[in-house]
Amino acid sequence: MDDLWSVAGAVFQVWVFVVLFLIMLPAMFGLSLGVTGVYIQVLVKILEWATVRIQRGRMEQPSVPVPLPNGIIERAGGSMEEEIGELRNSFALSDAFYFYKKGLESIVDDQVTQRFSSEELASWNLLTRTNQNFRYISLRLTIIWVLGVFVRYCILFPLRITLAIIGLSWLVIGTTLVGFLPENSVKTWLSELVHLTCYRICARGLSATIRYYNKENKPQKGGICVANHTTPIDVVILANDGCYAMVGQIHGGLMGVIQRSMVRSCPHVWFERSEMKDRHAVTSRLRAHVAAKTKLPILIFPEGTCINNTSVMMFKKGSFEIGGTIYPVAIKYDPRFGDAFWNSGKYNMVSYLLRMMTSWAIVVNVWYLPPMTLQDGEDAAHFASRVKSAIAHQGGLLDLDWDGGLKRGKVKDSFKEEQQKMYSSIIVGQNGISSCSQSTKVE
Amino acid sequence: MGSRASTLLREEEIEEIKKETGFSHSQITRLYSRFTSLDKGENGTLSREDFQRIPELAINPLGDRIINAFFPEGEDQVNFRGFMRTLAHFRPIEDNEKNKNSSASEPLNSRTNKLLFAFRLYDLDRDDKISRDELLQVLRMMVGVNISDEQLGSIADRTIQEADTNGDNSISFNEFIKVPPVDGEQDY
Repeated sequence: MDDLWSVAGAVFQVWVFVVLFLIMLPAMFGLSLGVTGVYIQVLVKILEWATVRIQRGRMEQPSVPVPLPNGIIERAGGSMEEEIGELRNSFALSDAFYFYKKGLESIVDDQVTQRFSSEELASWNLLTRTNQNFRYISLRLTIIWVLGVFVRYCILFPLRITLAIIGLSWLVIGTTLVGFLPENSVKTWLSELVHLTCYRICARGLSATIRYYNKENKPQKGGICVANHTTPIDVVILANDGCYAMVGQIHGGLMGVIQRSMVRSCPHVWFERSEMKDRHAVTSRLRAHVAAKTKLPILIFPEGTCINNTSVMMFKKGSFEIGGTIYPVAIKYDPRFGDAFWNSGKYNMVSYLLRMMTSWAIVVNVWYLPPMTLQDGEDAAHFASRVKSAIAHQGGLLDLDWDGGLKRGKVKDSFKEEQQKMYSSIIVGQNGISSCSQSTKVE
Repeated sequence: MGSRASTLLREEEIEEIKKETGFSHSQITRLYSRFTSLDKGENGTLSREDFQRIPELAINPLGDRIINAFFPEGEDQVNFRGFMRTLAHFRPIEDNEKNKNSSASEPLNSRTNKLLFAFRLYDLDRDDKISRDELLQVLRMMVGVNISDEQLGSIADRTIQEADTNGDNSISFNEFIKVPPVDGEQDY
């Protein structure tokens, strides 16, 4: 019995040592021991071997289904004009075929609904949760998978939980303490230090490997940073490299405690739920923040909701009406190491975080894009879509015009009316259209 | 553990669907994945709302007609077999099928059956004739509010005049298939 206790005590001491000296202290100073780097390299080698093995297995067993990350069907692309025939000025019974074809294509595979669920991988990455079609391929693969489960759940997971708890509590305590200081440069410097340290510890808590590109374009004070949104962890990823003023709704519970203490040490912008509905109030408050050029850059995610990191959806123009310089940032997660997307309909925050902590790792590329401003004669919506294209292009993501709000809501009727108008002008020509009512403004 | 898709569809069912529709094994499992992802209620059937949730279908002017084609007479739910049966009409004709001399019943995706399917999308009351009213209905769906009633009426009249050969002022299936073809084939 005593032996057991002394063994447990020794394990615990090793544990504390590892956590404190090998992880926390380096994190505070922004150093890295390189352990994560080695881990990632080993993982890549294993995953590459697994991919080759699975491909070989697939050739031997032809009934194993092949994943198709680019969609199920090959679409015969073509706009309405190309397919029906330009300005024919007449109707043909076969015109309906174009709409039937497009409709059926979208039933089998559409561009929008797939963005709201996790990306399908080209090859299995040895995590149970991404296993779409489990087939026994080989004994070695299964053994590696079992080892993987053990390593992830029994070794990495407790470590990560410890780090996350330490990181968050340090954030709360640290910012509250800094909040007692009077407003001066020491306070600002300390607050930045506290924030950075905590986010770095949290990042270690997810085994995150982050690569920043083009650091010369980093967001400056008084600017607005916009990025594509995949997960709440985006905040941790970006804040590892700089301090931002967060924008969001005040929550209750643990989130609320964290938010309230954070705002003591540096000016984040938290809104009450009622204020969020009033767009003018939100915009004017953000404008005031930006106008005071000494405040930290605001971090905004204009998509408004989490998308699965294969595409960028419509940017809401509200963020682009505030004025000031926009600093676009593109974030791309490597899906082989873990699925970072938060499917809020399927998982709540806690189970999402647990899934994150039991993945292999989070590997992320962050590109800072050159700052952009509203040009003369450009309206906010056009500016928003210009910024969106720049981010999509840099991150290698698909640039879609669909609204992320379609995750929960219905599509506007004005889009259907647009299609109808286009078809009408084909069959009767532009002059022949006698509208029965005014056409509605298309968003 | 993994996706529910492949575990819930039994091998016998896949074989039956394969025989009936001609889709391959992997195509069927893929489409089953798609079916379950559309099935938000998770009860093994799709309702009209499930289809309406696809934005590209919701903005299609003929979206409602296409959705209706999946539901048998008077029913509000379609199961996976029904889903596959309707989709089977649009499977491209494989080369090895063209040479078969089937004395058995024609495959679902033969050219004639494809055209019959399209014909039925016009002919709502299933009387094997597209009347002026039925044609007007579809036209109205496609053009929305952008064309006046009179103009639309004359378009419909002209179309019937051109296609109608037996003078009954409506389009029968034989007259329908004789209309000069445009790209009507679907490709997967």
